[in-house]
Order: sequence, then structure tokens, then C-alpha cells
Amino acid sequence: MSIVGSTTEELLGQLASGDVSCVELTSAYLDQIAARDPEVQAFLRYDRDDALQQAEQIDAKRKRGEQLGQLAGLPVAVKDNMCTKGQPTTCASRMLENFVPPYDAHVVTRLKEADAVLIGRTNLDEFAMGSSTENSAFQVTRNPHNAEFAPGGSSGGSAAAVGGGMTPLALGSDTGGSIRQPASFCGVVGMKPTYGRVSRYGLVAFASSLDQIGPLAGDVTGAARLLKVIAGHDARDSTCVDLPVPEYTQSLNEPLSGLTIGIAAEHFASGLDAEVESIVRRALDIYTSLGATVKEISLPHSRYAVATYYVVAPCEASSNLARYDGVHYGFRAETFENMIDMYATTRGEGFGDEVKRRIMVGTYALSAGYYDAYYLKALKVRRLIREDFDRAFADVDVIASPVSPTPAFKIGALVDDPLAMYLQDLYTLSANLAGIPGISVPAGTSSGGLPIGLQLLAPAFEEERLLRAARMFEKGGE
Amino acid sequence: MHHTIVIGLETHVQLLTKSKLFCGCVNRFNPKNPNVQTCPVCLGLPGSLPVMNREAFLLSVKTGLALNCDISQFTKWDRKQYYYPDLPKAYQISQYDLPFSHDGFLEAEVEGQGVKRVGIIRAHLEEDAGKNMHDETGGSRDSRVDLNRCGTPLLEIVSEPDLRSAAEAKAYLDELKLLLNYLGVSDCNMQEGSLRCDANVNLHIHGDDGSNIATPIVEVKNLNSFRGVEQAIDFEANRQLEIYQETGRKLGDPGVHKETRGWDANRSVTFGQRSKEEASDYRYLPDPDLVPITLTVNEIDEIRQSLCEFPADRRRRFSTAFELSAYDVSVIVNQGAEFADYFETVAGECGDGKQAANWCTQDVLRELNERNAPIGEFPVSAVALGTLLAKVVANEITTKSAREVFAELLELEAIEPTDALSKIDQIIEERGLAIVSDTGELEGVVEAVLAGNQQIADDFRSGKQGAIGPLIGQVMREVKGADAKVVRQMLIEKIGE
Repeated sequence: MSIVGSTTEELLGQLASGDVSCVELTSAYLDQIAARDPEVQAFLRYDRDDALQQAEQIDAKRKRGEQLGQLAGLPVAVKDNMCTKGQPTTCASRMLENFVPPYDAHVVTRLKEADAVLIGRTNLDEFAMGSSTENSAFQVTRNPHNAEFAPGGSSGGSAAAVGGGMTPLALGSDTGGSIRQPASFCGVVGMKPTYGRVSRYGLVAFASSLDQIGPLAGDVTGAARLLKVIAGHDARDSTCVDLPVPEYTQSLNEPLSGLTIGIAAEHFASGLDAEVESIVRRALDIYTSLGATVKEISLPHSRYAVATYYVVAPCEASSNLARYDGVHYGFRAETFENMIDMYATTRGEGFGDEVKRRIMVGTYALSAGYYDAYYLKALKVRRLIREDFDRAFADVDVIASPVSPTPAFKIGALVDDPLAMYLQDLYTLSANLAGIPGISVPAGTSSGGLPIGLQLLAPAFEEERLLRAARMFEKGGE
Repeated sequence: MHHTIVIGLETHVQLLTKSKLFCGCVNRFNPKNPNVQTCPVCLGLPGSLPVMNREAFLLSVKTGLALNCDISQFTKWDRKQYYYPDLPKAYQISQYDLPFSHDGFLEAEVEGQGVKRVGIIRAHLEEDAGKNMHDETGGSRDSRVDLNRCGTPLLEIVSEPDLRSAAEAKAYLDELKLLLNYLGVSDCNMQEGSLRCDANVNLHIHGDDGSNIATPIVEVKNLNSFRGVEQAIDFEANRQLEIYQETGRKLGDPGVHKETRGWDANRSVTFGQRSKEEASDYRYLPDPDLVPITLTVNEIDEIRQSLCEFPADRRRRFSTAFELSAYDVSVIVNQGAEFADYFETVAGECGDGKQAANWCTQDVLRELNERNAPIGEFPVSAVALGTLLAKVVANEITTKSAREVFAELLELEAIEPTDALSKIDQIIEERGLAIVSDTGELEGVVEAVLAGNQQIADDFRSGKQGAIGPLIGQVMREVKGADAKVVRQMLIEKIGE
């Protein structure tokens, strides 16, 4: 049985039985990276020696008979916007090209405690702003299923790394669909947990009220396992909720009897690619065949989600990214006239176009005289969107929808059309505005051979239900 | 034509918490070792997140209650955004439209004027910035940033424009500082920047025709002493009057904006900084990294129950309980809570408020001033002084002797309180200071002195009343603790026999 291509549970079994060592397993993935990544460009950095050293330590620990963590020996790739002590954390930005954090993000600490092998740092749209991973200051990541196509974004590096068999697991961050959309494009499982389920401590902020870290894996079980490791309370994040974390993998294979799935007419309106629609409808048929009921629901305010999101997210981003001013750390322009000029030149040279675009939108919307009309209004609509979901979940257990309106698009196809790029997140960003969990599971393949995912949404902190529903479909389609 | 000065004060007070407002870094004035009291959170490093210090919030609510403010049951944090090198996140976490407290007042005694009630518009909590240091020596343009102060909890207290003179402003600040001292909220050390003040000043000019015209409002920033506040107010009043007489410009005229001026303490003048027209737009934003704070009525009541006695209440209580003059009460209470506690212990121990007040306001205060030390570092404990004074009250030693003992206790410096008590007895014993009212012991000495001074005794008998003085002195040199009155009486009786 080959290592690359095995599920996480199979790998853990092989490691536990001693059929394969952590060093052998890590080597196999490193070989796969060496073979595939020159084309895919998923990783910004990986260090073969460092990864093998971690693997050796885990093997030694196992040999000594010590208790091992839940990921004992499994490689995990980390999106390059989560701080790792002593290693660069660049956010794919020139601004932080040389920034080395003096501390670990909460999720990185959790991975280390779980005995994962941190195999490398994955590419992203600069500061997680984008839907194609083309906005990276360093490299363009390609879809592992067809290198002419984009992997989605902003967690395109993580999705492409899992989809390309270069790691069994990866972490991404999702502010408007940045885990789910690339997971869909790359044919992997990607999940955005409830806002507050995973500590954001050490995640470089894009939009603080929307950002959430989540798992990417080859299958639902892998995602469930990784979520269990990273979820839970952390006193360093005031927005992280202190609720017990269920043993997601234990209940995973129990089908949900009497499952009611909601579908919203708003999710099947114009602009939806016909192939995507038919794959989603086929998925619903599978659920029906498994005994689930499909019920029509309405999310009337979802039509305002994109507009709301593109006020809230840039406003928070303009504030969160103000600290990159060249004074204390990171990039500073070489020549400038005075202090104000140092700020302007540093930020002008250090940020890419998309980041600057959003900072300008956010700064404008928060300016005196505009605040009420934009930011405050957006917050009100955000509440209406959340209430839509509250009403819907009174009638249904989960909501099914497309992940994005189209399958993966070609590299460069949307770079000059920001609005078309923003519409990529039409179906995903409502979950961020409402704070609810969402998952993307592979559901089919386009005529062009590109993966297409199905999105499932559940009420806040119902990750267990969401994972079971996703696993039910995954199993039903096997 | 005459005019009224209208003043509102914005006071920034650093809170005496162990740690900073949003991280665990120690909160301490430490300018000699820059950037050692920092962590990813107060450095504003990417990915770091703030967590509110509950102690700082509790101290703030206590202050709000002491300022008679309404405490909000729902309050939140906002980001005030501007670029400056001492502000590493490029925003300050503050409170914008929903401060934790609002609509209160503070009463202050203004000399020669009585009690003045000053409205408090609001008090809110925010984080302090770091400090930029510009090295101008040798023409270098070297600027450095020290972030030790960054994140220190800072309480901003905004008064209504109720103050009408520099003296009223001073009285308000004195009382505010005293209140904060009693609450244990701040040490209000202006040299170390733990209390900073901005003054909003303008004039209302009353014409002889009954007209009433306001001059443009000027905000004088960064006043770092109470004296500076008074001087700046007087300077502004004169300057604004002159400008009004020259230009006639008034508040509300087109093109007239609030002006910000600095205070030059060396030249005692204000100088133009910027007008509000050029002022930055702070683009306030609710901080999404922090959750709003909710307080129930019960929780607010619990905090209210935990409050200490305020200076005004203490003044009232002292003057009735100890029958002290208003002057003595003020001197004692205005020294701060620790000093007032000291007095109260002394008074309790000796059972005589007036005696305790005399000693505390004279002997103790003089010593403290000479040592330039707070009462907490005073070598004679309140119990020791009270015990000593009890002996005076009980007529066991004279006041003069008590001063002798006090002086010796001071020289011993800090000794254990229990040791001090036995030490007092020891000193009295060694120096023979105990009042000897036992006539049996005195009798022999009186007789011996009379025997050696027959001439004086004769003089006295023949009517020279003053002749007895030297005899009293002689007896008292022999018997240290002798009471002069008793000695005098015995001498007169013996001469008359």
C-alpha cells in the first residue's frame, strides 16, 4: 500500500502498527513535494531536514513507548499567515518578507502538542485577500489537477498541497470562503468552523470578526481529526468560546437519521454554472436515497451578502493592516523624505494592488461622514443575514449549496476584474457574516476534469452534525 | 464690559494595576530600561490579540462611582486610528460612543469661595501609547521609541466646562487627585506622567448692552503640572481677550475652528499647534478583537459596596468625631488616605483628637517634609505615636518629654512596632521623664533646695513672687519627671510653714 494517497486513518494505522515509520512517511511526502511542487508552487517554504528531524523525534518517542498525540507522525502544512516561532511568517507579502515571529500561533502550539510534523508553509493571496492565490507577492500556485487553472484562494497553497498529495493535512484560514472555495477547486475537504471555535491567536488578522482557521484534508475523517486538535478555548483570544469540543471522529460514521437538508432558491439563481448546479442536485439525490429529506428554505438577505462583506471586511482590514508602517518590524522603504513619507512609501511599495484596494475601500467607508452610511448599515444587514439562518435552521438540520458559482477558472482569467473575483465567494461568505460553520466536500468533476465541491452549512457550534452529514455523503458516493 | 473664563478639563490618569490593560506585561514606570516591559500584544505584532485586564476595569468603575457617574451596563472598545511611531498598532484601543461611565460630578472646596460642584461629562478607559525620544545632541536626528508605557491603563476624565478661574481648576484637580489617591487608583505622579491634563479654555464676554459673546475654544495640551494648568489658563484668558479686542472673532464665526495649543513651561506661554480643521479623522471602529462588557445592576451595586470612604466624607466625619477645626481636618485629609489613616490610629490610641491633630499636622508633617518621604516610610508608627501621646493625655509625661521621646524614636528609624512600645517605656525610664507627682519623693528634694536658698525663701515671704522661679527650675533639674505645677505648690507650702 502506498503512502501518498492513503487516508489519514490508514496512515495512522500504518504508523501505529510499525509498518511504516514517521521518517519514511514524511520522506514520501517530501519526495512528492520535490516531484510536484516545482509545477504546483503550493509551498512558499519547506525544509526537508527540519521535517525529517521532527519525524525522527516522533519515531523515537514512539520507540520509547511514550503517549503520542492525536496526529502522531502525520505531516501538516500550514498557511503562511499563522505565526511560527523563529520561522518567517510572510502572509505572501513583501511587507512581511523578513518577519520572524517570536511566538507560536495557538494552532501551531496545538499541532506540536499533537505530534504533527510541520512539513512546510503554504502560499496564499497576500494577507488572505483573494480567491485564486494569484495575489501572492512571491509565486502563483496552480491547480494540482490542471496547472493552467487556479487552485482558488486564499488558502490555495494548502488546498493544492493536499490535492496534489504533498501532505495529508493542511491548515487554512477562511474569511469569506478562503478554505472552502480552494478545497472545492482542488478536490479536497475543507472546513470553516464556527467563529470562536478555534483561537485566532497568532493568525495574522485580515478581518477579525470573520477570520477563522480550519482544516483541509483528503477526506472528512481527516478534517474531523485535525479540527479536534485545533478547536477549543484559548484565553488569549477574547472571541474564542469556552465550549467543550466533541470527539468528532467517534460519531462520524453514524448516519444522521431523519436528516432534513435545506436548499435556498437564492443559491440557484442566475450566474450559477450548469455543471455545478447538476452536481449539487445529484448530491441532493444521493442524500434522498440515504433517507434524508430535502426542504426549500429562503435566505432573503443573502443577495446583500457580497455588498455587506465588501464593506465589513475592508473596514476591519484597513485597521488591522495599519500597523505595517515600517517603524517597528517588516519592510521599510529605502528612501523617504520624512516620517509621513516613510509611512506612505513603505506602504505603497510593501503592499500589492488587491491589499491596497481593500485598505482604500475600508479607509473610505470608515471616514467621518461615511461611517453610518457604510459600516453601520453593513452591520445591520449582517444581523439580518444571521437572522435568515436562525429562521432556516429552525426547519432544517443543514443547508446544502454550491461552494462557488463555477469550477476552477484559468490562471489570469479574473485578475483584471476584481468584482468577478469577489463574486467567487457569493455562496461562502454568508457563513462568515453569520459566524456559522461550513464545509466543502468533493461532489463531482466537471467535463474539463476539474473537481467541484458541495457546501454544507450548520448552526453555530454544530460541527459534529456538519461532519457527520458530510461523511454520510462521502460514504454514500463511494 | 467684563468677561467670564470658561474652562473644561480633560484629565488622563494612569491606573495602578500590576499588569497592562490588554496583556500580562508589568505596568511600571521604567524609563531607564526601554522596551523591556513588552510582549507580542503590546508591541502590536502580527497575529497578537488583546485580552482585557479585569482589575483595570474594576478600578475604573470604582472611580466612575466615586465621581457620582452613571455606570453603563453595556460598554465596548473602539479603535482610535492614527499613525505615530509610539503607537505600534496604528490605533489606540479606547472607548468612543459608549464609555463605561458618564454624567457625574465632583465637589471641590475653592479657597474663599466655598464648595464648587463640577460636572463630569464622562470617564472612559483606554490604553496609553509608548514614548518617542528625540536625541537632538550634536545635530543628530536620532529618534527612538520606548514601548514600556504602551498599553498602560489610562483613565480619561472629562469635566463639563463648569470651571470659572484658574483657582477653581486647581481646586478641582487637587480634589480629583486626592480622590484617586483614596481609591488607590493612581499615584497621580505628574513627573512620571501618571497624571496629564488638557484644558479647554474660552471667554464669555458680557457687553454693557447685555450682549454675551463667546470667544473661540482653545485646547491647551500636555499640561504637566497643576501650576502649569493655572498659568496656562490665565495666559489664555489674557491672550484671548486681546485677540478679541483686536479682531472681534467669536465662536461660531465662519472659518473659526477649535484651536490646539501647546504649553511652554519655560517661557510660560501657549503656542499654536494645529487647528481642528487640519485635525485627523480618527475613523473610530468597534474593536472586533474584544467582546463588549456587560454589568448587571447587582454587579454595579457590589462594586459600590466595596468603595472606600471618600475625602469629603472623611472630612465630615473627622470634624465631628474628633472635634477638629475645618483647617486641621483639611490638612490631615488632604495629605492622602494613608496620612489620614495614620492620624485616625494615633487619635484612637491616645483618645484625644486635638492632641493627635497637633502632633500629626506639626511634628509628623515637619519631619515628613524634611525627609521628603511619604507617611508609609515614616519611622514612628501610628500605634507608637498614639501610645506616647496617651501618656501625655494621662498626665504621665509632659509634652516636652514626649517630644524628647519622639526625637529619639525618629533616630532609631524603623523598628518593629512591638519593640517601639517597650522602647518608649525604656526611654522614659532611662531619662527619668515620668511625671513625679508622688510628693513623698519630691519632698526631700524641695526641702534640700530650700535649705540651700534661705535668702530666696525670705524674699518670697516678703512678697517677691517671682523669686520662686529659680527654685522650681532647680527642683526640676534634680527630678526630671517632676510636674512644674506640683513643685511650685510644694515650694509655696514649705516656705509658708
